[in-house]
Amino acid sequence: MLAYTMQRLIVALSVAFTVSVVAFFLLHLSGDIAISIAGPEASPAQVEVVRHQFGLDRPLLVQYLDWLWKAVRFDFGDSFYFRDTVVSLIASRIGVTLTLGAISLLLSLVVAVPLGVLAAVYNGTIIDRLALSFSVIGQAIPTFCLGLGLIIVFSVTLRWLPVSGASSWKHYILPSIALGWYAVPAVMRLSRNGMLEVLSADYIRTARAKGLAPGVVIFKHALRNAIIPVVALAAVQFGFMLGGSIVIEAVFSMHGLGYLAWEAIARNDFPVVQAVVLILATIYVALTFLADVANAFLDPRIRLA
Amino acid sequence: MSDLAPTTITMPGDDAPFDAPRARQSPFVGFLRRSRRHGGLMLGATVLFVIIVAALAAPLIAPHDPYAQNLAQRLIPPIWHPKGTWDHVLGTDKLGRDYFSRLLFGARISLLIGLVTVAISGTIGTLLGICAGYFGGKVDAALSYVITTRLALPVVLVALASAALVGGSLQGVIIVLGLLLWDRFAVVTRSATQQIARADYVAAAQAIGCSTPRILFSEILPNILNALIVVATLEMAHAILLEAALSFLGLGVQPPLPSWGLMIAEGKQYMFFSPWVIGVPAVALVFLVLAINLVGDGVRDVTAPENRT
Repeated sequence: MLAYTMQRLIVALSVAFTVSVVAFFLLHLSGDIAISIAGPEASPAQVEVVRHQFGLDRPLLVQYLDWLWKAVRFDFGDSFYFRDTVVSLIASRIGVTLTLGAISLLLSLVVAVPLGVLAAVYNGTIIDRLALSFSVIGQAIPTFCLGLGLIIVFSVTLRWLPVSGASSWKHYILPSIALGWYAVPAVMRLSRNGMLEVLSADYIRTARAKGLAPGVVIFKHALRNAIIPVVALAAVQFGFMLGGSIVIEAVFSMHGLGYLAWEAIARNDFPVVQAVVLILATIYVALTFLADVANAFLDPRIRLA
Repeated sequence: MSDLAPTTITMPGDDAPFDAPRARQSPFVGFLRRSRRHGGLMLGATVLFVIIVAALAAPLIAPHDPYAQNLAQRLIPPIWHPKGTWDHVLGTDKLGRDYFSRLLFGARISLLIGLVTVAISGTIGTLLGICAGYFGGKVDAALSYVITTRLALPVVLVALASAALVGGSLQGVIIVLGLLLWDRFAVVTRSATQQIARADYVAAAQAIGCSTPRILFSEILPNILNALIVVATLEMAHAILLEAALSFLGLGVQPPLPSWGLMIAEGKQYMFFSPWVIGVPAVALVFLVLAINLVGDGVRDVTAPENRT
């Protein structure tokens, strides 16, 4: 178990390092940042001043190492646009995004796992077909369309919930549905297929033959084994949700990390964009690492393979 | 084919005996025969066909110039609304441009984005996956590492940042998405190649001294094509959705092009009083993506009945 954990940890750390290289060079190789900061009307002399002020006249490798050395100590420099440090900007925004992501994930699991189990138990019946159709249609609805649709129905027509913002728990309901929706089809399919596989196993037949109640067989014997791959998928989906929440935050004007990134991208605020990309990617890497370890803990076959 | 689909398939209501092979039937005819009985595939293919024809014939069908503004006829509701007119079947937008015409020309953008993106990302992903799966060992470790790194990057965010950097244009969006969305191709091609690389006919090709590219592209590639087609359709839908999201956020396709995502973004401020301004392009988007996904799921079912879930 320890050897497996160490091996996964080394992979995770090196992926995080590679991502930092990508995040840095993606933005630095794409144009002259000094010109973007100084603005289109700046004279060449002014551009040079900006270049020197932000340390952009140094070799790229020196800039990268400097940035990385500060980044591992949570110092991402100053924002070009907002008069603030990148860290305090992110600290003030990340709560909204993490809350939104957590509620969305919970919501999608609460809907998708029972639906998947139901579809597997009633395999081939109308319930199964309805669940599958729902997942196919669900996948085709873009999150921002769903978000706008929810606003029109629940905020404008019925006036039950607020249109935008993030100041109370009520503000999180519609965005969480819109964001969680995206994960439902994948989680549902996986729990359905996992259940189908487990339900045909010999020990389930034994449990049934012993005369155990169907509920006990399904929840105690089958679901426990079928849920293992869902753990990994849930971690991955949480990472996707944090990255994808940019669209939902834009629709609902929630000032989270995604909204910050959106504003920063539109204004060429590179330090903020780099920091958000790096943080989201690192969270994703950490989540997949934890999911791998949790999976290996739950299923000895993985760590011994 | 032999690895993925059994040579004889008996469908319910099929009067042929189970073990009698059909005389001289090509795999493609069998594919068509099974496709006709797959409701989802037929529905998806029909809708997709209609959208493609509408997109190709857009200049012929469109009742108005999609770019012609008419400020006297702003925000006319569609025909099912009491105030709708036959002149503008789906109404007009905030600049008085005919919505139906814009929708038709927008279909061209979505389809173009989907096809070209998949051509780029499919080439990259297939090359990476086939090499990782065939060579194994250190090559596999290195390429798997590249795939893992790519998966760690938040797609929407990186796509937005890169699209903004290349200057938000149709070409820019296509290049950015093409260079980003190859992950699923690589993952699927890698595992499919791993399964096939040990097949007897690959060993035979190696034994008679075929060159490595020949083995990769004439022996292995045709046998993983089924899986690739399925991934290609699903990724096409993914690319279309991402383009709509990028354009919706204002960093993708730029005005006045009639991208569906952009139409929704432009209609957002009017949605409280005229919900159809975002409803019409949103429904079009859902139909297109649904049709492509149905075709993808259907092709998977039809080409590999033993994998049917």
